[in-house]
Amino acid sequence: MDFPIVQIRSDFPILSQKINNKPLVYFDNAATTQKPLDVIKRISDYYKKENGNVHRGMHYLSNIASEHFENARRYVAKFINAKSEKEIIFTKGTTDSINLVASVMTDFIKPNDEVIITAMEHHSNLVPWQQLCIKQKAKLKVIPIDSDGNLDLDAFKKMINTSTKLLSITHISNVLGTINPIKEIVKMAHEHNVPVMVDGAQATAHIEVDVIDLDCDFYALSAHKAYGPMGIGVLYGKTEWLERLSPYQYGGEMVSNVTFEKTTFNDLPYKYEAGTPNVAGALGLEACLKYIEKLDIIQIRDYEDKLLSYATDRLSEINGVRIIGNADQKTAVLSFVISDIHPYDFGTLLDQMGIAVRTGTHCAQPLMEYLNLPGTIRASFGLYNTSEEVDLFINAVKKAVTMLA
Amino acid sequence: MTIQEKAKLVVDEFSIFDDWMDKYSFLIELGKELPLIDGKYKNETHVISGCQSRVWLHAEEKNGIVKFTADSDAVITKGIISLLISVLSGSSPSEIITANFDFLDEIGLKSHLSPSRANGLVSMIKQMQLYARALELKRNA
Repeated sequence: MDFPIVQIRSDFPILSQKINNKPLVYFDNAATTQKPLDVIKRISDYYKKENGNVHRGMHYLSNIASEHFENARRYVAKFINAKSEKEIIFTKGTTDSINLVASVMTDFIKPNDEVIITAMEHHSNLVPWQQLCIKQKAKLKVIPIDSDGNLDLDAFKKMINTSTKLLSITHISNVLGTINPIKEIVKMAHEHNVPVMVDGAQATAHIEVDVIDLDCDFYALSAHKAYGPMGIGVLYGKTEWLERLSPYQYGGEMVSNVTFEKTTFNDLPYKYEAGTPNVAGALGLEACLKYIEKLDIIQIRDYEDKLLSYATDRLSEINGVRIIGNADQKTAVLSFVISDIHPYDFGTLLDQMGIAVRTGTHCAQPLMEYLNLPGTIRASFGLYNTSEEVDLFINAVKKAVTMLA
Repeated sequence: MTIQEKAKLVVDEFSIFDDWMDKYSFLIELGKELPLIDGKYKNETHVISGCQSRVWLHAEEKNGIVKFTADSDAVITKGIISLLISVLSGSSPSEIITANFDFLDEIGLKSHLSPSRANGLVSMIKQMQLYARALELKRNA
């Protein structure tokens, strides 16, 4: 079946823009994705016709808003194959989800306990755990990676011990594109009773996410990395964990009974959703996941794999290019360096030519130090990118190299 | 030449180019003419903060005239600092401290740079003026 790329591109109004009089080539999807009309319209329609505060009201609009909001929650649960919608907590995004878990896990992490992360983590899945360990006088351990960007599973096996209380790991690396073998890792961790948190920010748009199959204890994702709006994401948590842990923020919605002296808390998932939620955001998230489902994630992955392969081949033709990240399982992220050229110079010239890439440390400074690089140039693809765009990109790369060499 | 006169030269040179790709080419060429900092000054005390690429700057004063030397690991940044040095170097501390930087807007540099690079530009100017002030105080001491 042919991937309907022409139809897809017409679904995204922002793609028809010109940058510096050149057609926009948007290769910065790992930073944020563009939004289809379905998503934009859903949010707009909500504010035009359905807006009301949820769960509290007695009137038509609040009832409609509540119903649609909870339908969105049910849809997210179905999309990631969670057992129940009570395990879906709406948050501001992946960073917020991870901070939530780190914050409520304080009770479980005691002095000399150990928390494990990997060398390829984004700051959002590194700093919360680092700070938690500092606060609780616990130890942070880091699973090494090889030169291709594969996780060293043997090192991980040796690292786990009776003091290990948690593992937090990224599903897909935003720098290397590595897809980590989460199912296998979770199995290894669970043999030692170690719960696993997964940073799924880069995964939702590119590969299938099935939390029952992965058997992870927590999973975080962001709408804006999956063609949805900014400011909304999800924390999935197994019921047994969410029931066990204390609330994160206090206030409206998450309470059951309140006096001046004490408060009883609401059931899941509301226990973790203090304050008026981002209802429009949740509906936008539902719309973007429906858009992905309509195209079929397997087809999307297949299309993006071919695009990545083509881009990698063409880029490798250029003298002096070194691809960073050649893992056995990789997705739509292409990081590279070129000879001595500073990534920042490179990004500046590419922007001039209408090409949007990201340069620098990509919120992964420790990873860059680990790889001994000042930064990389990163092209990251989405379902609306084309091989023609790759050709424009390659021409721009060649021109920039000539100017900067 | 006064700083004003040197600035006007720069504006004239840039106005030859319409296309920003050509202006960047010119900046890169300017970078090749940068009076390079002595290796012994390439350390943490000479690094300008607020730049995404690394920039080292050194200043010396002789007979009331300030001379700047610099280097950067990024080629466009090298061009920018070279441009600033071509205008400010060889002038007195007080001229540098009271210099007018409108010429950067005239060539469109400030508005054309991304916010992070524009910050770097501001940091470079600040540092050069700080050096000038320090050298002036030292000379008058």
